Amino acid sequence: MSKPKVAFYWCSSCGGCDEAIVDLAEDILKVIEAVDIVFWPVAMDFKTKDVEAMPDGSIAVTFISGAVRLSEQEEMAKLLRKKSGLIVAFGACAHLGGIPGLANFFEKKEILETVYLTSLSTSNPQGILPQVETEVKEGILTIPKFYDRVYALDQVIEVDYYLPGCAPSKDIITNALTAILEGKLPPKGSVLAPSNSLCASCKRNESKPEKLRIKKFFRPHEVIIDQAKCFLDQGLICLGPATRDGCGSRCIEGNMPCEGCFGPTEKAMDMGAKALSAISSLIDSQDEDEIKRIVDTIADPAGTFYRFSLPKALIPRKRERKI
Amino acid sequence: MTRRITIDPITRLEGHGKIEIFLNDEGNVENAYLQVPELRGFEKFVVGRPAEDMPRITERICGVCPTAHHMASTKCLDDLFKIDPPQAAKKIRELFYSIFMFEDHTLHFYFLGGPDFVVGPKAPKEERNIIGVLGKVGLEVGKKVIGIRKKARDIMTEMAGRVIHPVFGLPGGISKPLTKEVVKTIKEVAKEGVEFSQFSLKVFDDLVLKNKEYLDLIKSDIYTHRTYYMGLVDEKNRLNFYDGKIRVVDPEGKEYVKFPVKEYFKNIEEHVEPWSYLKFLFLKDKGWKGFVDGKDSGIYRVAPLARLNVSDGIETPRANEEYDRMYKTLGGKPSHLTLAFHWARLIEALYAAENMERLANDPEILHPKVRTIPTATPEEGVGVVEAPRGTLIHHYKTDKRGIIEEANLIVATQNNSAAINMGIQKAAKALIKEGKVDEGILNLIEITFRAYDPCHGCGTHLLPGHVPLEINVYKKSGELFYSFRNH
Repeated sequence: MSKPKVAFYWCSSCGGCDEAIVDLAEDILKVIEAVDIVFWPVAMDFKTKDVEAMPDGSIAVTFISGAVRLSEQEEMAKLLRKKSGLIVAFGACAHLGGIPGLANFFEKKEILETVYLTSLSTSNPQGILPQVETEVKEGILTIPKFYDRVYALDQVIEVDYYLPGCAPSKDIITNALTAILEGKLPPKGSVLAPSNSLCASCKRNESKPEKLRIKKFFRPHEVIIDQAKCFLDQGLICLGPATRDGCGSRCIEGNMPCEGCFGPTEKAMDMGAKALSAISSLIDSQDEDEIKRIVDTIADPAGTFYRFSLPKALIPRKRERKI
Repeated sequence: MTRRITIDPITRLEGHGKIEIFLNDEGNVENAYLQVPELRGFEKFVVGRPAEDMPRITERICGVCPTAHHMASTKCLDDLFKIDPPQAAKKIRELFYSIFMFEDHTLHFYFLGGPDFVVGPKAPKEERNIIGVLGKVGLEVGKKVIGIRKKARDIMTEMAGRVIHPVFGLPGGISKPLTKEVVKTIKEVAKEGVEFSQFSLKVFDDLVLKNKEYLDLIKSDIYTHRTYYMGLVDEKNRLNFYDGKIRVVDPEGKEYVKFPVKEYFKNIEEHVEPWSYLKFLFLKDKGWKGFVDGKDSGIYRVAPLARLNVSDGIETPRANEEYDRMYKTLGGKPSHLTLAFHWARLIEALYAAENMERLANDPEILHPKVRTIPTATPEEGVGVVEAPRGTLIHHYKTDKRGIIEEANLIVATQNNSAAINMGIQKAAKALIKEGKVDEGILNLIEITFRAYDPCHGCGTHLLPGHVPLEINVYKKSGELFYSFRNH
């Protein structure tokens, strides 16, 4: 019997998801033996035309990390969709847009101007911007188009499953691979991680008072952070109550609050809205002016609550324009 | 009639990289271009974010070397909030950074750059990978490499919460102190690290330097560029990854300029080409002269060999001995040999391991006070570290609340982008004649840019240990005239 074919691809990503796979390689040797990795651009070679030549649906499962920011990434995602039985969005960027998704607070033009024209160390007297096609003396050079906004993977192609996190934790990757190989997958569209919130498994739960009450929000650099106490009880914004469990409390172990990279829990659609309601319910006041004053101590509400998920928000970008 | 060769290495420079080579009527190389088809725009979208979150945001530039960004950003915050962290915090940060540099450099040698030399540049492609390296050095060594990588990464996780995207950096210090148990483990790994780095240098000696053919290749003109060099040095002009001043030496090895990182924009500038998303750095005084080397060109190089070229020595004794030996063997300082970057990388790994040992044995790292709370109003800050792939600079301006208004990032590999482009041009011109292209030529071009370890996924190239390439030669009519791939 031939082994199921598996593929990995990256779009707009940092390579951290691929590192996460390498980091657990030792532990999943059995899994690796059970499959045939047909391509993985960081680790193995492949070309678009190699993929094009494969029969449709011939790859059992393709894991795609990274957001979609440039035309080439959308083209590859669409091609892989056609060739694959299952598509798994791997990591926060493919799942929700991730950190690169914060770029949706700005227009394409603003980004290009900052990077290529106005940044302090750029010398560009002729005002050159990168072009899809450039005619040089020897011929024409091409690079992919930089889109107007960042997309999560399922805004470009149909996605079957999601592996959350920046990067996904060892446990959820191993569990997902096992579930796929054993054919024990939950309903299509599921996020392959626990459905409860991070608070449910947090070691600091014991220190959490019956009712959290916040009079003022602090920023992490403004206080010495207690290593045992619930962050919210210290007035630090921790997205644990709104964030899906499964990361292994890595940031908490580093004595820093959760930023929500695993995305919202099962029933919430919009991560930022969920986080906002979770945090604002802790504000200890009935007085409107005081509430406003307390809320004003949150330094960057949109960027904090949508840190990894802006492209998937109900309002996903600064301004919609035709591409 | 112009013919065209496309080399499409699926290697990462913030995404993929693509090389286009154009041939003239005789089939000789007219020109070559390295294109980077990826952009995310961090400099813009961090605007509006709280400054203290920057170490956790900007590290998402690279999942392979997030520690470098995390640290440059954290140091930038010290400057921004005008705060001097407690000694213990500074030492723990540097210790953490040494573990990272040791791990990254070691892995590069065995999994990435090493296969070219340990197995050999002309070995069949199937053997030019980690498996081939293990065939030469023994399976036990392979287990050791994997084992030491895991140990180093586990300690980093323990120290900073995570190794892919650490979280412990804050202005004025770090988020948690060290425990005795962790320090005990660090000492063990450091000791092992020193021994292992010495072993790696011996492997390099036995398998590369004692092989005349390889040594000739390293010294050949194809891989030589007379450029400026840039890197951090301490107050005695010795190698330093974590702190110091930026020193630039000219192609003769003479100090050209030395400046505090705050003055970087007075000394270096970025050039834009319409055919790539990656900018090209050059020395501001010299100006942009195009992709040419020499004293009149502003092109400089960074990363292992550049760092050794700008320093007068290494603080730790064993690495310093190796430093002297390298320059003696290569015929003096500076060395312009691109392939000597591999050797320099191993010497740096030894320095990192020795530094790890030194800091792990410093009792001060167990001090519980690892934070000083900033009280000054933030305005502007600049931070620098030497990333595995070169000088990395973060520069932020904020409002009075510490909300980012402007950010500028000089990313390590970017410093070398002009030199890599030039190196590929030179190798292609020397090796491709009359339209003849074969696997040997392909690999000899591949070697050029792999010496720079052009990051962004480098670490994740682990498995086969070679950069996949494809060369297509087209006639002007678009007809495919020759095709080759190394896989």
